Amino acid sequence: MDDIITLSYGSGGRKTSELIEDIILPHFRNEELSKLKDGAVLEGFEKMVFSTDSFVVNPYFFPGGDIGKLSVCGTVNDICMCGGEPRYLSLSFIIEEGFKTKDFLRIIESIEKTAKMCNVEVVTGDTKVVEKGKGDGIFINTSGIGTLKYDFLGEDRMKDGDLVIVTGNIGDHGVAVMLEREQLFTGINLVSDCRPLNVLSKEILYFKENIKIMRDPTRGGLATTLNEFVEGLELGIELYEDRLPVSNEVNTACEILGIDPLYSANEGKITAVVSPDIAEELIEKLRKTEGGEKAAIIGKVTSNHKGRVTLKTEIGGTRILTKLSGMQLPRIC
Amino acid sequence: MLWNEFKKPKDIEKILSALTKYDKEIRIMEICGTHTVSIAKSGIKGILPKNIKLISGPGCPVCVTPTERIDDILFLSKNKDVLIATYGDMIRVTGSIDGTSLEKRKAEGFDIRVVYSPLDAVKIAQCCKDKEVVFIGIGFETTAPSTAIAIERAINEGVNNFSVFSLHKMVEPVLRKLINMNDFNIDGFLCPGNVAVIIGEEGFRFLEIEFKIPSVICGFEAGDIIYSIYRLIQMRENKDFKLENEYIRAVKQKGNEIARNIMNKYFEPCDDIWRGIGWIENSGLKLKDEYIQYDAVKKFNLDLNPYKNNDFCSCGEVIKGKIDPRECKLFSTVCTIENPKGPCMVSSEGACAAAYKYSD
Repeated sequence: MDDIITLSYGSGGRKTSELIEDIILPHFRNEELSKLKDGAVLEGFEKMVFSTDSFVVNPYFFPGGDIGKLSVCGTVNDICMCGGEPRYLSLSFIIEEGFKTKDFLRIIESIEKTAKMCNVEVVTGDTKVVEKGKGDGIFINTSGIGTLKYDFLGEDRMKDGDLVIVTGNIGDHGVAVMLEREQLFTGINLVSDCRPLNVLSKEILYFKENIKIMRDPTRGGLATTLNEFVEGLELGIELYEDRLPVSNEVNTACEILGIDPLYSANEGKITAVVSPDIAEELIEKLRKTEGGEKAAIIGKVTSNHKGRVTLKTEIGGTRILTKLSGMQLPRIC
Repeated sequence: MLWNEFKKPKDIEKILSALTKYDKEIRIMEICGTHTVSIAKSGIKGILPKNIKLISGPGCPVCVTPTERIDDILFLSKNKDVLIATYGDMIRVTGSIDGTSLEKRKAEGFDIRVVYSPLDAVKIAQCCKDKEVVFIGIGFETTAPSTAIAIERAINEGVNNFSVFSLHKMVEPVLRKLINMNDFNIDGFLCPGNVAVIIGEEGFRFLEIEFKIPSVICGFEAGDIIYSIYRLIQMRENKDFKLENEYIRAVKQKGNEIARNIMNKYFEPCDDIWRGIGWIENSGLKLKDEYIQYDAVKKFNLDLNPYKNNDFCSCGEVIKGKIDPRECKLFSTVCTIENPKGPCMVSSEGACAAAYKYSD
């Protein structure tokens, strides 16, 4: 292998085989992938969840993660949020000519580690190399298939009086990537919350039908996701500013940059609407689970304002939280 | 959320309760865009009784920049040798031709970079030696010193491919202009704490001495703003028209002399155009003649567009505090955050953007 990836590694010829067999395959060896056929033959589904996501984050290594870890978490988490148990992944790369082979290997190792954590197998994939200047280092696409385990989730099950929870501090990923990308200031140590949500989602779904809907608030942040919950419904959501878990680091950075933690991306958090009967117990359970230590009840479902999310501010005012609109943020996922 | 004593100070409930009992009409102008956003975000308008009216003033730098200058920048950005470095807020502002903006130019392949500091623009110039880097210097006395520092850095490090298109403006001249308008009807000012950090309490003293208008230099947290509104009302009730400094944790009587000195070393006042207002004598900042090689207008022999004032939207009236954003016929129909027409909707500190984003 050369120390950088040149165009010929995407030619489909011997160099491409070298890249796949020397660098990629050793990390994901399984029966289906090893056949290196055009596709994988999979068994064992009645109802399945299928999801896809592309990853273009810049920088591709950031505190708390990298584009590889993110590319597994992103798709795995989407499957979990649909009530699925993730099982198989496809993995495709678009690499810019000149990309360092050792960086590529580091990304592959990160994908391997994360896939193991999530108990998913990479069963098919693709690699393309584009000319210098036609990509931004590396882009990854993953698609995933999971078995549908919980088929009752949906916004139509939300009721007036249900409670809104989040599994931890909001806004970490968006701000961490922005700080790393721009190298803006020193003294703020912030890591992305990028993590697989298979364990946390299982903890939540232990409460079965008491869980109405859940989602991971990635791009657009918590405010945008909650808007998606109530859009077009006869119900709204009211949040309480003094209950929102936000780290001091994120708050400080957001104040300086003029951005809002409510609109900053998360890559390892779940927000859910749950029945008030189990909310306290759920929060207690989550707080004992890794990645859920800062879980909190942050608001409630209300019939007072239809289709809208509002925030009760610390001084007792109210403001509307719309979906994210027209903000300038770096590419973060 | 972060516990910050200035967001919700002790005893704020008592002050709020006093404010909610106040029943006379009072019109208070928050001069600065950052105040506008803070008021909207904390929901202060919803807590105060309707008779306490908060009106946004001419303190959003992007908003007060006239279309003619945006057109000049867009013209310059088409020069293949030029790399435009700008604060993010500027890139979505449209010129006189609908749909043209720096963002669009970037998508067309011209080199437009968003920077957080003018020093970053100097760094870019050091790296991209084949490009002429033009930094769009915008803002009041708050940002002008940083632009001056960047020019000094360029001089000291021999960076010759760096220049500044100065749109910098000063607060005092525009306030004088507003106050002297025939239909001026503001009962008190919330003065921008950030500008006061530089120009000091003394920079706003003229409001007290010459015009006897109650004024409070105010910080940017909800608690700061509520307390300052309370003080303005008290001053009015007691007929004690003066300037107070609520933001003592940051603002000194004489401000920041070092920042002013470097600003005055490189810049001098010039007549300047303000959107919706027109020419105001000595209200802008241009580079002094001895630093002419760092002045983009001179360097590229730009023939600046003459002031026409034929804007299609009502941003000018919003900036002067004559109308509420919602009174503009384009607001939330033709002009939205997703597809902004006027600068007050483009800028994150614009009154229209605040009204749109945080509307009730």
